[in-house]
Amino acid sequence: MKFVLSAVAATTALIAPVVAEARQVTFETTLKAYGGNGAYVVLYVTDAAGVYKGTLWMAGGKAKYYRHLSDWQRVSGGRPTEIDGITGASIGSGRTLKISLDLADAMIDAGYKVHVDTAVEDGMDNPSEVVVPLDTAASGKPAPGKGYVKSFTVTF
Amino acid sequence: MLRRIHALPGVVLALGLTVMALTGVALSVQPALDRLASPAIPVGTSVAALAEAVAARHQGIDSIRVRPDGAVTVAFTDGETRGVERVDPATGAGLGPYHVSETTRVITNLHRAFLTGDAGRAATGAGALAMLVLTVSGTLLLARRLGGAGALLQSIRGTPAQRWHGELGRFAAAGLVLSSLTGAWMSASSFGLIPEHEAAAPMVSASGGAPAPAGTLAALRATDVASLLELTFPAPDDPTDTYGLRTSRGEAQIDAATGAELSFTPATTLDRLNGMIRTLHTGQGAWVLGLVLGLSAAAVPVLGATGIAMWWRRRAARPRIAMNAPARAADTVLLVGSEGNSTWGFAATLHDALTRAGHHVHTAAMNDLQPFSAVTERLLLLAATHGDGAAPASATAFLSRLARQERRVPVAVLGFGDRCFPHFCGYAEEMLAALTANGWPQLLPMKRIDRRSAQEFAQWGRDLGTVLGHDLKLEHVAEPPKTVALELVEREDYGVAVGAPVAILRFRRPGTDGKAGRLPSFEPGDLVGILPPGHPMPRFYSLASSSCDGMLEICVRLRAGGLCSTFLHALAPGDRVEAFIRANPTFRPAAGRAPLILIGAGAGIGPLAGLVRANAAGRPVHLYWGGRSPSSDFLYEHELAQHLAEKRLTSLQTAFSRGPDGGAYVQDRIAADAPRLRELIRQGAQILVCGGRDMAQAVTWALDPIVRPLGLDLPTLKSSGRYVEDVY
Repeated sequence: MKFVLSAVAATTALIAPVVAEARQVTFETTLKAYGGNGAYVVLYVTDAAGVYKGTLWMAGGKAKYYRHLSDWQRVSGGRPTEIDGITGASIGSGRTLKISLDLADAMIDAGYKVHVDTAVEDGMDNPSEVVVPLDTAASGKPAPGKGYVKSFTVTF
Repeated sequence: MLRRIHALPGVVLALGLTVMALTGVALSVQPALDRLASPAIPVGTSVAALAEAVAARHQGIDSIRVRPDGAVTVAFTDGETRGVERVDPATGAGLGPYHVSETTRVITNLHRAFLTGDAGRAATGAGALAMLVLTVSGTLLLARRLGGAGALLQSIRGTPAQRWHGELGRFAAAGLVLSSLTGAWMSASSFGLIPEHEAAAPMVSASGGAPAPAGTLAALRATDVASLLELTFPAPDDPTDTYGLRTSRGEAQIDAATGAELSFTPATTLDRLNGMIRTLHTGQGAWVLGLVLGLSAAAVPVLGATGIAMWWRRRAARPRIAMNAPARAADTVLLVGSEGNSTWGFAATLHDALTRAGHHVHTAAMNDLQPFSAVTERLLLLAATHGDGAAPASATAFLSRLARQERRVPVAVLGFGDRCFPHFCGYAEEMLAALTANGWPQLLPMKRIDRRSAQEFAQWGRDLGTVLGHDLKLEHVAEPPKTVALELVEREDYGVAVGAPVAILRFRRPGTDGKAGRLPSFEPGDLVGILPPGHPMPRFYSLASSSCDGMLEICVRLRAGGLCSTFLHALAPGDRVEAFIRANPTFRPAAGRAPLILIGAGAGIGPLAGLVRANAAGRPVHLYWGGRSPSSDFLYEHELAQHLAEKRLTSLQTAFSRGPDGGAYVQDRIAADAPRLRELIRQGAQILVCGGRDMAQAVTWALDPIVRPLGLDLPTLKSSGRYVEDVY
């Protein structure tokens, strides 16, 4: 499952309202072949102190399962407005989710972190199984996850 | 209308519903297996104690969950290792990793989404609704067929497909209604059609103090594991985070340092309803229900197959009417009212014969009645009656259309039905009454055709021909039978001296002893159809033996001018006949040990003697039989004496009309034995009557005063299968 978002509605503070001050960033999440039903995966950003800043993408359409993305639920409050317009289908075992967003320059190399929470029906909930800094230095370097994520790569 | 929403949709959806049902069957045993595999959750263990026991074995705990299948699982983090394990709810001891098998997962996804995504989920949701419609419409159809909602549990007559379909349908109906309703609800809920309660827990601030051991927290100590759904632990690096405690009552946030309940969001009615519906559908946590639902679902493939067979049969039975004259040019209008299509076969034969006799015949369904033209001379109505005497589907609007006719023409009504049902030809009678009341002249008296009898139909054809002033030969073969050759082995002749020759004929398949073919399977009381040479129309005789006896035995009275009885009486050992078996499931002893009262006269003793012979178990059997003369036509005299000695027959009462004591009939013996018969019927005895129509009528008159004091009457006994007749 690959899809690329070149531009999304500016529903969160993260996405640059003016393209001139922004940079396109690509997030590629590849799941392990864990062999279960599709995984719910959420990508979101916190500041250095762990304070929630906004959600990048929610893979998984049924709100009643969001409680299993527990860190996201905790820091974001789980409000529907947080993911309005940036929701897609859950990610199958072994599949890859690739999204590209225009992020404001101010977000980059400023101590912000991208978190990935995952959960699978009858499987595990993995809050913050990947946490990587939004640093250009880490561009293109795959990071492993503790749960269902095989690799997570941010490319600036 | 009911049939329209039941039959074709059922045929189209059979495969998909079978997949849903079979996967449902597979899943239905899971709750019972889980019940065996998971330790029961004890009452009296606090969540705090369980949390502490579990926390002692792991570096970090994410959550403790009581799954719908009854397993208590713990999600834990030990350094870089994350996992989910099952634990004993009483002790917190680990029971190994928790995982749902790949097979169960695939079957579940097949069941709820045909292994596809939301499109499949929508399809199964629609399937659940369709199953609901099919179950309800099928139940209504069955009730109508059996004669009303009160008759729904009575024995079902018909072809094997019809019987299986009806029996399994009513067995599974309740379970299927429950499964399909709850399934449709869950599907609707999954698509957000039913509002989901997601009242966000209020944002609370934890005290931020040092976390206390889970075992000491007051709110957790006050909660029993038996009511727990999920306990989530606070994130270890976030001092403001709390315990989340979800029970059937609602969701609480618990301070990790003080153990105080910071907030409580009660579960809504909808939450509880959703939980209950989930339990009712999956049987998780209710394993007996799960097995019951599984059994119901197991009937679905058979219902599909028998339903398709019935649908196909009905389609194949609808004949094409050749040379159907337009209504404006027809001198004869032939209208058919039939729930199934068998009556159409008779109509086609009649249409054909009338056309060959020079008539212009317009044949149509009753509801398609058009205004008569100036040339219309007569109206013929062929009406089948469904179980409860209601109008067949193709005749619902007939009477109102008939009322609009400007001209009245002579009309003949022919009713089709089954004498075994309480409303034999009820609709035809109702129609005739309406016609008479409105001043329609009768072309012919109404005639009733019992169980598609080709003979009775042919007789009516002769009567119609007489009125029309020409020969009318109706040779209708309902279904061309597949015959086998039978060879006469021996015959016993009775009654010649009293002018009523009766022969007991025994047949087997031709061939030398070792290589003789196998007889088709039959039981006493079933019918053998015999084709007299050169005639396509079979004559039926009741069988006096079972195929286990190794021979086919019938008892045939010679009728003056009777084509088939003359043929049979002329047979010598070694001669052959073409024959086939037709099951007669209504004329069978009911299962069990209740007494049997067998009543017959003349050749009607055949199947009764066969039933006695088959009574190796020594069930109480009382035989009443009437003949002419003890010296000439006492059929089965020696065999019955032997059966009495061997206790296959409990008692035998005979009456001879030309007997030495001045003559008596079988109904006289019944009347004389009233107290004993009443007692037998009170004990639940079943009555089987076989013989001529006059005898059967006389027997009902004799029996009615016997059963009345028991608060019973013959129609009641008939409709419950305790009074069955094989009458000719």
